[in-house]
Amino acid sequence: MPAEAGPQLTWDVAHDVSELFEYHFMINALLAGGVVALLAGAVGWLMVLRGEAFAGHTLSMMAFPGAAAAALAGVPGAWGYFVFCGAGAGAIAGVSGAGRRSWGEQSAAIGSVQALALAVGFLFVNLYGGVLGDLESLLFGDLLGVSDGQVLVLALVTAVTLLALMALARPLLFASVDPDVAAARGVPVRRLGFAFLLLLALAVGATSQITGVLLVFALLVAPAASAQALTARPLASLALTVLLALLIVWLGLGIAYFSVYPAGFFIATIAFAIYVLARSIAWLRG
Amino acid sequence: MSGAPILELEHAAVRIGGRTIWSDLSMSMREGEFVALLGANGAGKSTLLRAVLGATTLAAGEIAVLGGPPGRAGAGIGYLPQRRSFSAGTRLRGVDIVRLGLDGDRWGLPLPFGFGRAAERGRADRARVAEVIELVGASVYAERAIGELSGGEQQRLLIAQALVRRPRLLLLDEPLDSLDLPNQAAVAALVARVCHSEGVAALLVAHDVNPLLPYLDRVVYLAAGHAVEGPVAEVVTSETLTNLYGVPIEVLRASDGRLVVVGQPDPPAHHHDRHEHASGEHAHEHAHAG
Repeated sequence: MPAEAGPQLTWDVAHDVSELFEYHFMINALLAGGVVALLAGAVGWLMVLRGEAFAGHTLSMMAFPGAAAAALAGVPGAWGYFVFCGAGAGAIAGVSGAGRRSWGEQSAAIGSVQALALAVGFLFVNLYGGVLGDLESLLFGDLLGVSDGQVLVLALVTAVTLLALMALARPLLFASVDPDVAAARGVPVRRLGFAFLLLLALAVGATSQITGVLLVFALLVAPAASAQALTARPLASLALTVLLALLIVWLGLGIAYFSVYPAGFFIATIAFAIYVLARSIAWLRG
Repeated sequence: MSGAPILELEHAAVRIGGRTIWSDLSMSMREGEFVALLGANGAGKSTLLRAVLGATTLAAGEIAVLGGPPGRAGAGIGYLPQRRSFSAGTRLRGVDIVRLGLDGDRWGLPLPFGFGRAAERGRADRARVAEVIELVGASVYAERAIGELSGGEQQRLLIAQALVRRPRLLLLDEPLDSLDLPNQAAVAALVARVCHSEGVAALLVAHDVNPLLPYLDRVVYLAAGHAVEGPVAEVVTSETLTNLYGVPIEVLRASDGRLVVVGQPDPPAHHHDRHEHASGEHAHEHAHAG
């Protein structure tokens, strides 16, 4: 939680920065935030390139019924996140993947999955009876209350996801931008699409436990969309995505430390500001 | 033109769902030949390409692709599927799209740096991509995002993508569709130049023979389940085409010696409803009479 003592921002930048590292919770927040930025940046880059932002948003929402179901069943919240995000990936692939549908049909199908997920989550909260104590941290995250164990799980999931992405990189990119030719070359386009949804679900499940349901989407979409607006070079825009994500998370945490307002607000606001800036630069360039 | 046989069909027929798409189709293509595959919508032009690719099996007759059964040619065939262009939001460069044609089906990441053979291979791959982009005349805009390019520029890069693995047979499914007339002529001229300079045989599917006529070696017409195949001078005549389509068609010779075909039953049109092609073109096809 933001320190009640009220750390004061001074004009001595070195002092201010060193103060950020004085508390264990702050070190964990910066560490977890850094790993989240790496994971959400890399997965989000492909998500934006594939035009699957709405699927990503729906998977983010899966954390809500996931956490509520875990509370109801009395199991650790993380189980609920992963199980429901994985189920969400299956549902999205099921309703949108059959045949080659237009984007309009797909988004309607994915929207229906999202509506169902929220309704089921609401039912679980009701069945749970009392107030779901963690509802606020469920929505907005608890970056300042990250435990050592959570950092470890997050780092593990990130390593697995990034290794899988590296192994799939080229055929996945091929299938994403040029599915007809990729299929003619023997690339399993549909199976790769499903594999990517599962990786997206894994990333969202791990990330939203820390950033909350609402914030994970900002980190998935804003850095990637900004970087891709600025450059069409794949490696450059991927690197820029991760750098922007790190900047957004760390700057947001740093400002929140010296402020009475929550970190999530600053992170989402900086993400949006960077996106607007990137689109403006792209527009000015013509 | 002489050379090794690239593609041979003898008395071939395809039936889909009990309906004969075409039958008794015999044709052959040799190295460096530029052949147009013509016919109305639903005549089975894409089906013929699918048969060459090994995605559709013949109901009768023989087919040999690069001297073997279809579906085994691999990198020997460069295929440009019928498609709409890349959307404006596709944020990858033209050079990346061509590169994916070279090694996009390989697993793992290409290392940006490496030692010995890996580095050598990386250099060779980049050089091949640059070479093929130069060949189609797209070097000026290959570094720009593909979604920002015009239809003609995208089509040139897609032809480069189909050529990048040095295929011996190029299958181009309606590459002139949705291009304006000057670009249709330019792309036809490009394909002819590539055929003759690289020794690649190209089978190009089109609706309208006119922009292609100055460049073609041979034509294949599909209509009403029948096929007529041969050199342009023999097949593109008023008599043959009128017999084939069953409606009056005139082949005129302009004062500069060029042929012009007038009265084709299926005038060129811009198509925007082609997404069902992956599952088979036959169910929904109808003439777009302008």
